[in-house]
Amino acid sequence: MSIIGLVTVLLIVFLAVFAPLVATHPKHASAFVDFANASSPPCRIYPFGTDVVGRDILSRIFFGFRFSLVMGVVVLALVVPPGVTLGLVAGYNQGTWLDTAIMRITDIFLAVPPLVLALAMCSVLTPNLFNAMIAVSLMWWPWYTRLVYGLASTLRNEFFVSSAEAIGASKAHIIFREILPNCISPIFTKMSLDVGWVILIGSSLSFVGLGVQPPRPGLGTMVADGARYLPDQWWISVFPALAIVVVVLGFNLLGDGLRDMFAAEEG
Amino acid sequence: MRFEMGTSPLLEIKDLHVHFDVYGGTLRVLDGVNFTVHSGQKVGLVGETGCGKTTTMKSILRILPMPPARIPRGEIYFKGQDVLKMGEGELRQVRSEGISMIFQDPTAALNPVFTIGQQLGAVVKYSMEGKKLSKKEIRERAIIPLKEVALPDPERMLDSYPIQLSGGMRQRVCIAMALVASRELLIADEPGTSLDVTIEDQILRLLHRLVEEKNVSVILITHTLGVVRETTDRVYVMYAGNMVEMAATEELFAQPLHPYTRGLMDAVPRLTGGGIADGIPGRIPDYLNPPPGCRFHPRCPRAMEICRQEKPSFYGKRSGVSDNHEVACFLYRDSE
Amino acid sequence: MTTDILTVADLKKYFVIGHSGILKREPITVKAVDGISFGVREGETFGLVGESGSGKSTVAYTTIGMYRPTEGSISFRGRSLFDGNKERPLAIKKEIQIVFQDPGSSLNPRRSIKQILELPLQVHRQDENRLEQVVRLLEMVELPPDYMQKYPQMLGGGEKQMVAIARALATDPSFIILDEPTSALDVSIQAKIINLLIRLQNEFHLSYLFITHDLSLMRNVASRVAIMYLGKICEVAEAAEFFRNPYHPYTRMLLSSIPVISEEEEKLKPKKIISTGEIPSPVNVPTGCSFHLRCPAKLNVCSEVDPVMVEIEGQTGLARHTVRCHLYGQAG
Repeated sequence: MSIIGLVTVLLIVFLAVFAPLVATHPKHASAFVDFANASSPPCRIYPFGTDVVGRDILSRIFFGFRFSLVMGVVVLALVVPPGVTLGLVAGYNQGTWLDTAIMRITDIFLAVPPLVLALAMCSVLTPNLFNAMIAVSLMWWPWYTRLVYGLASTLRNEFFVSSAEAIGASKAHIIFREILPNCISPIFTKMSLDVGWVILIGSSLSFVGLGVQPPRPGLGTMVADGARYLPDQWWISVFPALAIVVVVLGFNLLGDGLRDMFAAEEG
Repeated sequence: MRFEMGTSPLLEIKDLHVHFDVYGGTLRVLDGVNFTVHSGQKVGLVGETGCGKTTTMKSILRILPMPPARIPRGEIYFKGQDVLKMGEGELRQVRSEGISMIFQDPTAALNPVFTIGQQLGAVVKYSMEGKKLSKKEIRERAIIPLKEVALPDPERMLDSYPIQLSGGMRQRVCIAMALVASRELLIADEPGTSLDVTIEDQILRLLHRLVEEKNVSVILITHTLGVVRETTDRVYVMYAGNMVEMAATEELFAQPLHPYTRGLMDAVPRLTGGGIADGIPGRIPDYLNPPPGCRFHPRCPRAMEICRQEKPSFYGKRSGVSDNHEVACFLYRDSE
Repeated sequence: MTTDILTVADLKKYFVIGHSGILKREPITVKAVDGISFGVREGETFGLVGESGSGKSTVAYTTIGMYRPTEGSISFRGRSLFDGNKERPLAIKKEIQIVFQDPGSSLNPRRSIKQILELPLQVHRQDENRLEQVVRLLEMVELPPDYMQKYPQMLGGGEKQMVAIARALATDPSFIILDEPTSALDVSIQAKIINLLIRLQNEFHLSYLFITHDLSLMRNVASRVAIMYLGKICEVAEAAEFFRNPYHPYTRMLLSSIPVISEEEEKLKPKKIISTGEIPSPVNVPTGCSFHLRCPAKLNVCSEVDPVMVEIEGQTGLARHTVRCHLYGQAG
């Protein structure tokens, strides 16, 4: 199963990176009108059909992957370093005021449903991809803090930490060189699972018009556009929706595989 | 304790091989183990971590996880019947009436969410083989073994949860459970190792007394030579999946023969002081690729050419002290 | 006259493990170490023996600085190890090192042996050639230089412990705490580690605080032995004297419980006393002498008054032998 996940993810990355070369109608990725072929059902030229202005759905999906992946990667890049660092610091200083301060703030962020806060933020700010990423990031870091906090507060009781303290190693050394390396596998596993979820949330935001803005082809935006023409012109929203499913599933399978692999390595 | 040569043994393990299939190959853990217990005997099985003592004992009760374990060769006779060929029903009978086992960690052996009375009661019920007992009767019967293992306030003990007891008390409960039905063979796997010295001493003395009273045969598994010396009448020494030496306890401690046994004895710190010998160089072999010939040869100070090629069989040595002293070592090939 | 390198004076370490009551919250404390005093002499191995709950590891952890004492003091070469709330200076950390019981936990599984051994060198010896030093450290503990590239899980238990010893030596300390360094290992491997420790002690003139539950082992490594029971020391003596003339009933019980492998050793075990009773929980220490519930020689006074340490003239002559038991009160 995890191999299927890996292959899916690699395929999506490939399609996204080489979208202009792979897509049969690269021009359709932006504002383009071809009313002659509008709302064409799946056929040989347009395997997934066209939308109401005649753009090739398949080509747009390939470009849509780009936005999805950028969303996933950027959000994680913004989220993981601070989330992990805060978790390490709080975990290592377990029981002190620093621990309490960090973890209570984390709890406050965790208490707000992520999609709701992202919606609120995006509707206040200008709705676009960049702000959607900021909003999702703001919601996502506490999960890493929680995860790493749990690991670090156990690891700090290991005798290798006591040994390093007895030697006189700096706190930075203990946190980043002794404790962090032992947290890497669960962090990686969570990251690969999270890419899928971030993309899903990003698509949700796009769906309600707060993410990728038309005419750019966000997967969520495309589903929303097509929703009006359901069920007669089903292909306009069903294929982008399926694409989302495939992306999320692919990253989840990969994450499960990574988790099993790390577990086997440790056992 | 003496026994007649020629009477059929209570337990006899013949040429037992146990393999574990793991990622990367097959671990050949047991490599032809022979082991005999006669009725009324107290047999010690000594060996260091990873030598296969527990695997041997688990195969007797067939509680090895299979897979990854499998038994490609060997027989285990309990009262003349091969345990490995038994059906579920017969096996259950052996487990509930014939053989019981005490484990190293009494905390893991007891279920934390049931009271001692409930757990002991369940054992009592199983041992009655279908006879219906009232709750009161079960309680009355459950209290008997608790008294036998000298637990204070047995009435209250029945309503306690394992967590309310100390390690020593938990091990006493385990012994009580093992001795509910009149068993014939008790396998004690490091029963005192997880306990403090003074408590371990109490447990071993208790075990010794009960075994004498009930005339149960015992296999005591341990890595501590001293424990074997004080509680058994016959000893098997095990190394890397092979028995290397067997003798009457007194004989073995007076005159250890196998280089491994000797190295082990020298390494034990003595109460009389005087320092300790340097132990045995190297470590236990990798079961994925065990050394050919005698598995001890890479660590043996007296290894010869033949040790690298052939596996030694048992060479007997009769001495005045006891019946038979056998050793699997080419050094004693000519002493027959 | 040799001087003490480490002095422990009336050390107490209590842990609050919870609170009783809802309105009036009384802390529930464990008196892990409850007023112990001893000195470790320059160049000697001082053995601290005890069963679970005796507080022997708490003594080790407090000395190394993992805990702060509740009361009392520990001083190293006359200098107190606990100066207000200040972090212990590097100069003292360099002098006092520790080897823990379980090398599986004391070596970071994600760091190579080279990285593990380099850390103390980075912290304490900035100028020297580190690679050379790592090789030299491995040599000291009789491991080949190519072990540098390995990770802890590739080593056997004994080899891991040797790496832990090498790490402790890396700061060039004068005092090492050995917290049950061999109790997780098999006897055949224990022997090698013990002999290595003895050799290193002679070579580098180290002083050891050796903590263990194994009296037979203690007989072979310690110059002096102290027995702990429920947070207190009940007997201290020179090793040879100690095993020949144990005074405290608990010491005798401990000795009589040891499984031994020869007749000569059997003769050293007190015959008249056998182990009875449970070790009480350190949360609920009995009043008076904490051993009185298990003591076969109990007097009336024992359940009420906690005895004090008295000095007894050892039978081997000048050896100082102290014991904390009413049987050997002022009259004795």
